[in-house]
Amino acid sequence: MSQATQQDATTGVIESVSGPVVTARDLDARMNDVVYVGSEGLMGEVIEIEGNITTIQVYEETSGVGPGEPVENTGEPLSVDLGPGMLDAIYDGTQRPLDVLEDKMDSAFLDRGVDAPGIDLDKEWGFEPTVEVGDEVSAGDVVGTVEETVTIEHKVMVPPDYEGGEVTAIESGEFTVDETVVELDSGEEVTMHQEWPVRQPRPAVEKKTPTKPLVSGQRVLDGLFPIAKGGTAAIPGPFGSGKTVTQHQLAKWADADIVVYVGCGERGNEMTEVIEDFPELEDPKTGNPLMARTSLIANTSNMPVAARESCIYTGITIAEYYRDMGYDVALMADSTSRWAEAMREISSRLEEMPGEEGYPAYLAARLSQFYERAGFFENTNGTTGSVSVIGAVSPPGGDFSEPVTQNTLRIVKTFWALDADLAERRHFPSINWNESYSLYRDQLDPWFEDNVTEDWSEIRQWAIDVLDEEAELQEIVQLVGKDALPEDQQLTLEVARYLREGYLQQNAFHPTDTFCPPEKTYLILTAIKTYNDEAFDALDAGVPVEDLVSLESTPQINRIGVQEDYEEYVEELKEDITEELRGMY
Amino acid sequence: MKEYQTINEISGPLVYAEVDEPIGYDEIVEIETEDGRTLRGQVLESNDGLVAIQVFEGTSGIDREASVRFLGETLKMPVTEDLLGRVMDGTGQPIDGGPEIVPESREDIIGAAINPYSREYPEEFIQTGVSAIDGMNTLVRGQKLPIFSASGLPHNDLALQIARQASVPEEEEGDDEEASEFAVVFGAMGITQEEANEFMDDFERTGALERSVVFANLADDPAVERTVTPRLALTTAEYLAFEKDYHVLVILTDMTNYCEALREIGAAREEVPGRRGYPGYMYTDLATLYERAGRIQGREGSVTQLPILTMPGDDDTHPIPDLTGYITEGQIYVDRDLNSQGVQPPVNVLPSLSRLMDDGIGEGLTREDHGDVANQMYAAYAEGENLRDLVNIVGREALSERDNKYLDFAEAFETEFIDQGFETNRSLEDTLDIGWELLSQLPKAELNRIDEDFIDSYYVEDEGEAVEATAD
Repeated sequence: MSQATQQDATTGVIESVSGPVVTARDLDARMNDVVYVGSEGLMGEVIEIEGNITTIQVYEETSGVGPGEPVENTGEPLSVDLGPGMLDAIYDGTQRPLDVLEDKMDSAFLDRGVDAPGIDLDKEWGFEPTVEVGDEVSAGDVVGTVEETVTIEHKVMVPPDYEGGEVTAIESGEFTVDETVVELDSGEEVTMHQEWPVRQPRPAVEKKTPTKPLVSGQRVLDGLFPIAKGGTAAIPGPFGSGKTVTQHQLAKWADADIVVYVGCGERGNEMTEVIEDFPELEDPKTGNPLMARTSLIANTSNMPVAARESCIYTGITIAEYYRDMGYDVALMADSTSRWAEAMREISSRLEEMPGEEGYPAYLAARLSQFYERAGFFENTNGTTGSVSVIGAVSPPGGDFSEPVTQNTLRIVKTFWALDADLAERRHFPSINWNESYSLYRDQLDPWFEDNVTEDWSEIRQWAIDVLDEEAELQEIVQLVGKDALPEDQQLTLEVARYLREGYLQQNAFHPTDTFCPPEKTYLILTAIKTYNDEAFDALDAGVPVEDLVSLESTPQINRIGVQEDYEEYVEELKEDITEELRGMY
Repeated sequence: MKEYQTINEISGPLVYAEVDEPIGYDEIVEIETEDGRTLRGQVLESNDGLVAIQVFEGTSGIDREASVRFLGETLKMPVTEDLLGRVMDGTGQPIDGGPEIVPESREDIIGAAINPYSREYPEEFIQTGVSAIDGMNTLVRGQKLPIFSASGLPHNDLALQIARQASVPEEEEGDDEEASEFAVVFGAMGITQEEANEFMDDFERTGALERSVVFANLADDPAVERTVTPRLALTTAEYLAFEKDYHVLVILTDMTNYCEALREIGAAREEVPGRRGYPGYMYTDLATLYERAGRIQGREGSVTQLPILTMPGDDDTHPIPDLTGYITEGQIYVDRDLNSQGVQPPVNVLPSLSRLMDDGIGEGLTREDHGDVANQMYAAYAEGENLRDLVNIVGREALSERDNKYLDFAEAFETEFIDQGFETNRSLEDTLDIGWELLSQLPKAELNRIDEDFIDSYYVEDEGEAVEATAD
């Protein structure tokens, strides 16, 4: 969290305390100002002003805080520190680095009243200017670069609220983030450190229509329900249906430049898993450690609820900052329901009139404001960058008709519906292919057709048709049994089974199968299609269906996923299937 | 310390008193009634001049003349290793007639959150000796794995079986010293005297009591006290685990009663209710309990939680199991149908889940084929289960040979794999071997979730053919 300047601080007195909500008297503050509450100086934010009484949500545990203690206003809105050092870092919901907190508190447990800047203010970074004296620069322009991690070159930009002007002096070499590296004739000094209020989107020139997919290496997503770079997606599902594994898979394999992972009100052990796994995993694009492109925000369920409300904003602001540099950023928020619940909790402590199911009436507005910060942008410095947002939703009782899911679905364009029945059958990822959708499909097809294969959309449509037909046939099968169906329909069921088992299912824990490039996604489909076409020919030639569904070669389809040399394997398999089937008539 | 006689409102479990000094949130209060009883409570809301106090023992007997003392600190649990073997009531007062507890330190019962950066990822397998858990939903040290049950089901027997049999493979080979590092903290909230006796008798019978700490809030104890009991238990557990290097298993029962108490307090405070009248902050509140499980880098001990909850109306979409499932690392379902079939323990593995299983099993941890076997059995049992509905309509003869094999498998899975009795302690080897025996009833080609190498080394050939022959 940004260390707000305290020179024009004004002081008030606590009037009442109720959980994370504190009211103060005689505090001269604006809405959303950051304040320090009580003698321990707990961080809070102004959320309501009524006459002389100011209501504050406190980002730390308030046990033992009582009326009469002072409240100090910083006069600054809740902001994050932006600069090199945000990658390979892990923050709480207000951008306090958790590793620094562990040091400062000298304990494995989170204490109160300890603050730390979001980026290391003492560390020196090698700054290389990209402008020369006399160059004209304006807000947002890149003036130099820093090697932030092995993967990412951090671009130092003129802050968006600067006027800009002619460069009068340039430094080059090792500097801390607060030392001036470029001076302008407007008198403004550019450092590697910016601050930005989290609740305000960073400016850009225009939002454009995204046309490139965020390739995830997950067959069901890339193949059937792709998301664009700059797109939005929601993953709703009951507990145990695999939301977090899906989010982790995306964080690991998505072909974004930068990943911001927000663990919002979720399990502590899951965040630990990310912290332990990511440094050891390889970035599929560069081969460098995955953490070198990742920024983690961990506000677990037992950490203060107000910080859970803010962690989403902290995450998206960091994402926008890297977008401004021209990078493709993917933000995973797990889970937006916990964020909405934090809003509900604060709202109910404020005794606001509740909307649906106790959620505040502004729930829909807040959700859409958040998702609207995603997009494929033309930045003020002329580069293009994107922020893709993938939000997990945890509907109570797995019921998608609840307010958070419904309001989210009104905004996002990709919907990956997780299904508890599939999870119970250990069909993973348990994304229901009948309920899910992606509105990006058409605008992304040209990319897949140019970069993977010409008949990408054609063969996908074939797969969808087979799966649709299977869903209809299954209803009949439930009533009369499979054997009562005509032979061609029995064969369709068998083809659909391979689509489910060999194509839609993917083992996230298998070293090879965990990431499936689009080429492989396509080849698996062609293998199943080969079986389909050849088997139907055989059926027409009079081969009984019992023989067609008990081939020796076809079970190999389910093993394509785990093959490293899949191209050869698929070729041979197609030949085997063709040979076996043609040998029957 | 100032004493007030300024109570101006008493409502349900809450007392409102006027004060002329600042009182901290969550501070502990003592209320002395006219007949000389001392009741304890906690500050729920602190306004300038007026505080709301939640009285643990209930407000009966309090009148406006009662005197109120604010102790100036939040609730603390006196902790020491000597707590092992002791029995306390729901507020931490000893009720076993033993000596007074001399604390080594006093810990705030509102535990601070563990810094996610300081945690160590749990991946040490705990062998419970229950096939349904070890084989299919493996428990690891530092996990929180609740038992989802319902009225009239033997969840207590299952919890006791786990408490009795839980061991870590290294422990078995090690000497007694290793084994003694295991401790049980038992927090009872609103369970009946009979249920409590069942637990205590079993602890005494097996000698487990001396490595246990018991906190008992019974059904006729004040409901509000239940909000404190699990926190006392977890504070004790954290102390034993992270200061004294014990591997602590915390059994909390029944979480449903805890949530009822939360709702009662919420209603008394006239809060805006969330789903079904439960407070909107119940998720956060439950998280502050469940998240106190785990391991910490550089510390020997661990806190593993096994909370038990009874689902009202067997409904897992009810807010209590629902919110619990979103916080905990999986869940074990106790099933009414299996129970009436006499399966012991009646664990339904299909909706059950252990989220930490994948990292706690496999080569070097349990056995190389563990993950594949579990996956295959899940899929096969699910398929068999599915077919049962169909059999009811069309009969077994109308099904294909393949379908009949799956039906047989589901049957055998329940009677041979799950139904082991509450007294049987199966090693993981046994569990997996039984699994292979069952899987070998299916043709090899059907085992598409198992690595081919494992099939070669574990598939039981003869039996497979024998079964195939009878199915024809």
